[in-house]
Amino acid sequence: MSESSVAVELQGIWKRFPGVIANSNINLKVASGTVHAIVGENGAGKSTLMKILYGMQKADEGTISINGAALVFNSPSDAIAAGIGMVHQHFMLADNFTVLENIILGSEPKSGGKLDFVKARKLISEIAAENGLAVNPDVLVSELGVGDRQRIEILKVLYRGANILILDEPTAVLVPHEVEELFNTLRDLKKQGFTVIFISHKLDEVLSIADEITVIRQGTTVGTVNPHLEKVSARDLAEMMVGNELPTPASVGNTIQDQVVLTVENLSVIATGGKAIVDGVSFKIRAGEILGIAGVEGNGQAEILNALMGIESATGKVMFQDEDISKKSTRHRRDLGIGFIPEDRQRQALLLEAPLWENRMLGHQTKAPNAKGFWLNPRGAKADTKRIVAEYDVRTPSIDVNASALSGGNQQKLIVGREMSNDPKLLIAAHPTRGVDVGAQAAIWDHIRNARQAGLAVLLISADLDELIGLSDSIKVLLRGKFVADADPATVTPQELGTAMTGAGRAA
Amino acid sequence: MNFRRLATSLVAPAIGLVVSLAATAVILISIDASVTVIFSSMWNYGTSPRAMTLMLNLATVYFLSALAVSIGFKMNLFNIGVNGQYILGSLAAAVVASNLQLPKVASITVTILTAMLVGAAWAGIAAWLKVARGVSEVISTIMLNFIAIGIISYLIVRTSIGTETGVNIRGTKLIPESGMLRGNAFIDPETKVYGFLFISIFVGIGYWFLLNRTRFGFDLRATGKSASAARTSGVQSTRMIVTTMLLSGAVAGLVGLPYLLGQTGSYNLQFPTEWGFIGIAIALLGRNNPVGIAFGAIFVAFLDVSSGQLVLEGVPREISTIMQGLIVIVVVISYEVVRRNQVKSEQRSVARALAKQEVSA
Ligand SMILES: Nc1ncnc2c1ncn2[C@@H]1O[C@H](COP(=O)(O)OP(=O)(O)OP(=O)(O)O)[C@@H](O)[C@H]1O
Ligand SMILES: [Mg+2]
Repeated sequence: MSESSVAVELQGIWKRFPGVIANSNINLKVASGTVHAIVGENGAGKSTLMKILYGMQKADEGTISINGAALVFNSPSDAIAAGIGMVHQHFMLADNFTVLENIILGSEPKSGGKLDFVKARKLISEIAAENGLAVNPDVLVSELGVGDRQRIEILKVLYRGANILILDEPTAVLVPHEVEELFNTLRDLKKQGFTVIFISHKLDEVLSIADEITVIRQGTTVGTVNPHLEKVSARDLAEMMVGNELPTPASVGNTIQDQVVLTVENLSVIATGGKAIVDGVSFKIRAGEILGIAGVEGNGQAEILNALMGIESATGKVMFQDEDISKKSTRHRRDLGIGFIPEDRQRQALLLEAPLWENRMLGHQTKAPNAKGFWLNPRGAKADTKRIVAEYDVRTPSIDVNASALSGGNQQKLIVGREMSNDPKLLIAAHPTRGVDVGAQAAIWDHIRNARQAGLAVLLISADLDELIGLSDSIKVLLRGKFVADADPATVTPQELGTAMTGAGRAA
Repeated sequence: MNFRRLATSLVAPAIGLVVSLAATAVILISIDASVTVIFSSMWNYGTSPRAMTLMLNLATVYFLSALAVSIGFKMNLFNIGVNGQYILGSLAAAVVASNLQLPKVASITVTILTAMLVGAAWAGIAAWLKVARGVSEVISTIMLNFIAIGIISYLIVRTSIGTETGVNIRGTKLIPESGMLRGNAFIDPETKVYGFLFISIFVGIGYWFLLNRTRFGFDLRATGKSASAARTSGVQSTRMIVTTMLLSGAVAGLVGLPYLLGQTGSYNLQFPTEWGFIGIAIALLGRNNPVGIAFGAIFVAFLDVSSGQLVLEGVPREISTIMQGLIVIVVVISYEVVRRNQVKSEQRSVARALAKQEVSA
C-alpha cells in the first residue's frame, strides 16, 4: 500500500432527519496510514457521518468507497467485513464480564462447536503486544478505569480485523496522561499501516496528532487542512468551524462570600466487596465559590456526586446551609436548590424517548414553571424550554422533538441550561462541557461565572484540566477515594496537576 | 404534524383490521366455509340492538381490565395478576354489598371502594415481593392468580359465605336491589346497558389526567422510560413500584363489578375468571392510551359477541379467538411500519422545503 492510496472516500453524502439536515453533500478523503481528524460545532453532523460509514445509519444519497472499491453498508457487520471498526463515545462494554470475554463477545472463536479460549487469549496478547495496549485479560471490566476501558474497546475493534478505526470523541473523558498514552497507541497503529478517523472538540489535541483535519460546518465539509504542510492554530480551526474566537477560561475576581453552603464531613462510600471507594473526604463550599476536584476517572468522583445527591448510600455527614441532609431523599435535596449535572448524561440526565420540554421537567418536576402543586404545567415547561434553547444555543428544529434527536453536545447544553434554571444555590457538576464545542463551552463558562457572582456555590469535576483550573477557586486532588493534595488554581499548571492526579508527585 | 400523528394512530389499527379480516377469510376458506355468508351474518347480528348492548357491556369490563394492565406497562411492570385481583375484589364486593342496607349511592360507593381495596391489597403482595425480595412480578402475580382461585372456591364451597343461589350453583348471598347498578335499556328494549359503563368512562378520564397532568404521572412515565434517569431526578423507585402496583390492582378490582352489579348480584362459582388476560392484549392494541384502549375493547367485545353466530353457521367458535390474536399482532407490527414511513416522509418534506430555498437563494 503506497502512502498516497485512499482508505476511505465518501462522496456526496446526504442525511436528513425530521426538521434537520445532518449531512449535506459531504465529501471526505482519508489517506491510508494516516490519522485524520474531523472537527466541527455541536450538531455539525460528525457522529452522523461516522454512523453512516459504520453502517449504523443509511445515507439518503452518496457513495462510500473503501480502498477504492465502492461498497454499500446495510449494517455494522457489513462495515466490519470491510475492515472498519468504531469506538463509540459512550463505551459499550459489559461490566460483569472479564476483559477477555468482552473482547471476544460477538465474534467468539470456536473449535468443534466449543469456545476456544486458549486461541482467543493467544490472539489477543499478540495484538496487544504489537500495539502497546497492555491489558490483563482476566480482570472484570467493572474494576477498570476509563483509560483501560478505552484500550479494550480499541483491542476489540482490532481483534475483529479492522484496519480502519473510527474514534468518536475518544479523549472527552481522559485526563492528559491518558490522552498521551492513547496518542502513542495511535502513532504505533499508524506506523503499521492502520488508518484512524478521529473526532474531537479539543483542538490542541487534534493539532498534535492529526495528519489531516477536515472541518464540518452545518453538515457540509468546508475544508481540509494538513498541519504538517501549513501552519494552522487552534484559533484558525475554530474560526473555520464557527467564525468564533477561541475562548480561554480565566477566573475573574474573587466572589467568595461568608455563608457556607455545603459542608461535608468524613464522607465514605463502601462498595459491595467492602472496599472504600470514597474514603473519608471532608470539605466546605461557600456561596460564590467553585471547588474543583481533580482526579483520574474511577477514583471515587462519581460516588461522591451520587452520595451528595442521595442516590448512593454513604456514611458521614452532609450539611446544606444549616440543615443536615445526610439521610434526606434525592428529591428533598433537589427541592432545596441543588442542581446536578451527572457524568453520564444519557443514563442519568435524559429521557431519550421524550420531548425536550418533558426533559426540561426532569429533576425539577416538583417546581414552577413545571408544576403547580400536584399538577403539571406543560405550558410553563414549554415556554421555559424555549428560553433554555435560546439562551444556551441548543440546536434543534423544535422543543417537541425527542432528546435522542439532539447531537451529544446539544443534549449537554440542554442539561446545563436546565440545571442552571430555578436559581440553584449549589451546583454539582461533572464535566459540564463534555462534548460541547469551543464556542458553546465559553458560553457555559460565562453562565457558571455569572451565577457564581450571584452567590452560586459549585462543586466541579472535570477531566478538562484547563477548565478546572480556569473556573475553580480552589482545587483538591482525589486519588483512590482520598484527597491527597490541594492545588492553587492561580499557580498550578495542567501538567503539574496531571502528575499529582496519578499520585506521582505533589501539586504546587 | 399533529394531524399526521392522528392519522398514524388511525392508519395502524385500520391496516390491522383489514389484514386480520383477510387472514380470517383465508382460514374460513381453508375449512370450506363461505366467507361472505359468515362475515355478513356476524355483521348483521353484531349490529343488532341486542348485540350492541351486550358488546358495550363486555367492552366496559375489557376496558377496565386493559387500563389496569396499562398502568403497569407505563413503567415496565407486568401485572399479569388482574385475574386474581378482580375475582377477589368482586367476591369481597359481593359479600359486603349483600350485607348493606344503605341508599343506592352510598351502597355502591362502599362496594366500589371494597373492590378497589381488595384488588390493591392482592397486587400489593406482588409489589412487596418485588421490592423486598426481588421476585419478578410476572411470576408472583401468576402464582397469586392460582391462589386467589383456590381461596375463592374454599370460601364459597366450605364456609358460610357461600349459599345455594340457583340450581346447583353455590355463590354469595344476593345483593339487595338498592345495591345494584343495573343501568338502562336505551339501545335494546330487552337488555340493559350496565350503569358501570359511565363509571368506567370516568376511570378512563381519570387515568389520562393522572398520567399526563400530575407530578405522580410524570414520575411514573419517567421511570418507565429510564429508571436510572428517574432515580437521579428524585423518584424513589421502590415507592414508585409499590404505588403503581397498588393503583393497577385497585383498577383491576373494578373489572368484575359491571357484571356483578349489572347482572348477577352474586359472586358464584360460574363467575368468569379470565378477563384479566384479554386486558393485556387490549392494552397492547390501544398502546396504553385510554382512547385506543376503548376502541380496542369495543372491537374485541364485538368479535366475542358476534362469534356466537359462527356456531350457528357450523364453524368453530375459536375462529374469533384466532382473529383477536391476529389483529393484535398485525396492529403492533403496522404501528411500527407506519411510524417508520412517517419519519421518512417528514424527512422528504424537509428536504423539499430546503431544496426550494436553495433555488430561490
Ligand atoms: N436520530 C436522529 N433523529 C433526528 N435528528 C438527529 C438524529 N441524530 C442526529 N440528529 C440531528 O442531526 C444533526 C447532526 O447530529 P450529530 O450527532 O451528527 O452531530 P455531531 O456533529 O456529532 O455533534 P456533537 O459534537 O454535539 O456530538 C443534529 O442537528 C442532530 O439534532
Ligand atoms: Mg457527536
